[in-house]
Amino acid sequence: MSDPTHDLPLTGAIKTDGTPLSLREYEAIGGYAAVRAALSGLAPADVTARVKDAGLRGRGGAGFPTGIKWALVPMGDDAPHPKYLVVNADEMEPGTFKDRLLLEGNPHQLIEGVILAAYAIQADIAYIFLRGEYTVAEDRLHHALHEAYEAGYLGRHILGGPWSLGLHLHMSIGRYICGEETALLNALEGKRATPRTKPPFPQISGLWGKPTIVNNVETLCNVPPIVARGAEWFKGLSRTPNGGTKMFGVSGKAKRPGLWERPLGTTIGEILDLAGGMRDGLTLRGIIPGGASTDFLGPEHLDVQMDFDTVPKVGSRMGTGTMILLDDRTCPVGMVHNLMQFFAQESCGWCTPCRDGLPWVQKVVGAIEAGQGREDDLDVLRRHARLLGPGLTFCALAPGATAPLGSALVRFKDDFERHIRDQRCAWN
Amino acid sequence: MLSDAIKQEIESHIHEPEHRAAACTEALRIVQRERGWIDDESLAEVAEFLGMSPHELDGVATFFNLIHRRPVGRHVIRVCASVSCWVMGYEGLREKLLAHLGVEMGETTADGRFTVVPNQCLGCCDRAPALMIGRDLYRDVNPDALEAILEPYR
Repeated sequence: MSDPTHDLPLTGAIKTDGTPLSLREYEAIGGYAAVRAALSGLAPADVTARVKDAGLRGRGGAGFPTGIKWALVPMGDDAPHPKYLVVNADEMEPGTFKDRLLLEGNPHQLIEGVILAAYAIQADIAYIFLRGEYTVAEDRLHHALHEAYEAGYLGRHILGGPWSLGLHLHMSIGRYICGEETALLNALEGKRATPRTKPPFPQISGLWGKPTIVNNVETLCNVPPIVARGAEWFKGLSRTPNGGTKMFGVSGKAKRPGLWERPLGTTIGEILDLAGGMRDGLTLRGIIPGGASTDFLGPEHLDVQMDFDTVPKVGSRMGTGTMILLDDRTCPVGMVHNLMQFFAQESCGWCTPCRDGLPWVQKVVGAIEAGQGREDDLDVLRRHARLLGPGLTFCALAPGATAPLGSALVRFKDDFERHIRDQRCAWN
Repeated sequence: MLSDAIKQEIESHIHEPEHRAAACTEALRIVQRERGWIDDESLAEVAEFLGMSPHELDGVATFFNLIHRRPVGRHVIRVCASVSCWVMGYEGLREKLLAHLGVEMGETTADGRFTVVPNQCLGCCDRAPALMIGRDLYRDVNPDALEAILEPYR
């Protein structure tokens, strides 16, 4: 039988009965071999080079090249210590449910990825920043960490060598802004999670002012197979120049919503097919391709390949790769209102345009949906979609909100106008 | 007074002794697990134990979603209010739940058994709508099955 992890390195080993792989089971499929190989035969810079050559890009949504990020960390005898490796496991982008499977299904693969990344940047301490609501992952990570410490993969003098790493699980107490890496670092320091000014970037001055790398769960789960099998294998997995596979999901009124690991470059239509297409009697009207902060696409985009470079060419982003469907029996204005409610609540309050602008947007969209829209409301919304956009706020939260807002105002213009004209929502 | 057991558990989250205050969010979680919510006295005790001012800690406690600074029922029901659950029937589920319990969103039942709050995306969007009761996640929730779901929580 062929090895399922060859084509599906993230999920090929995950068991279908819903239980996680134990340390022994993970080792039996080659788990921790990459750590053994790296610590005995590769210099830290070699690990970084391999990840860079593989073309791995961050899977949290932004898509920054992982190896390039690591290479910015000061190395050598003069480098400040402790250095930190932080896992962003605070999955909270609405419509996103991919890291949950990786955390619950194979926590050791994440831990192995953490060890390799930490070795590459010669970190001393690592933290997994996990969503408080992910209680199953919490229990499983606790157990897996215990196993990894017992086996000598973590702690002092890993595998008998000179390098030591402490890896700790930190449970978040919940705010979307912690997805912003500097806000996450403030939360880890026990402070309010407001973002920090950049530069300096965390690679130079992060947790307590020390060099710090923050990586997403899915990103790090890709590292052990890259180190074990090499950059060429990883690049070969993809259908486009972006290397590797990606976790793709579908939620909304499809026949069989779900989550699948597929090559980068798989088309939106193929992913929708995995979900069995729309439910009988429903027509697809809109697609938010990669979590709440990506622009709406439409049924004319089924042939678009999901990767970091192709989706922007049609005016959106791959984001987290988990798409949300809008059908013809669901009100687009109501859907946008729900999204704006989310962003308004989760604004951290640090900068004025976001703190005051998003609640205003939410109220205006809510009034339109409730049949109290006014003629100039659409101009107010368009102005906000522009003025809360990229570069005009302290961080990316409000620009994230403008992605579905601005695109909906164009794509569903008639629906917004009809709400205002008829002073009611036709779906309610 | 924080019990020795609680103090010990909080200590286990202090990974770098020079950064005691970093354990404050874990400490709030632990104390809330034991006491249900964080009252002013608990806040002051945790702050003192970690070398913070109560106001500094309150700034943290009130910033985050999962810490309660007001009393809650024995079981907190978190109904996922995010977009996938909204598309799949969040509003109907919410109305049915609130009507069944006879409360508004954010309120606690008269017998102190349940508090209902909305929650941001629970991360199981392919099996919407979803809710959590305490540490337990329920997916594909059928509003007609609510009574059976609530039953074991006394």
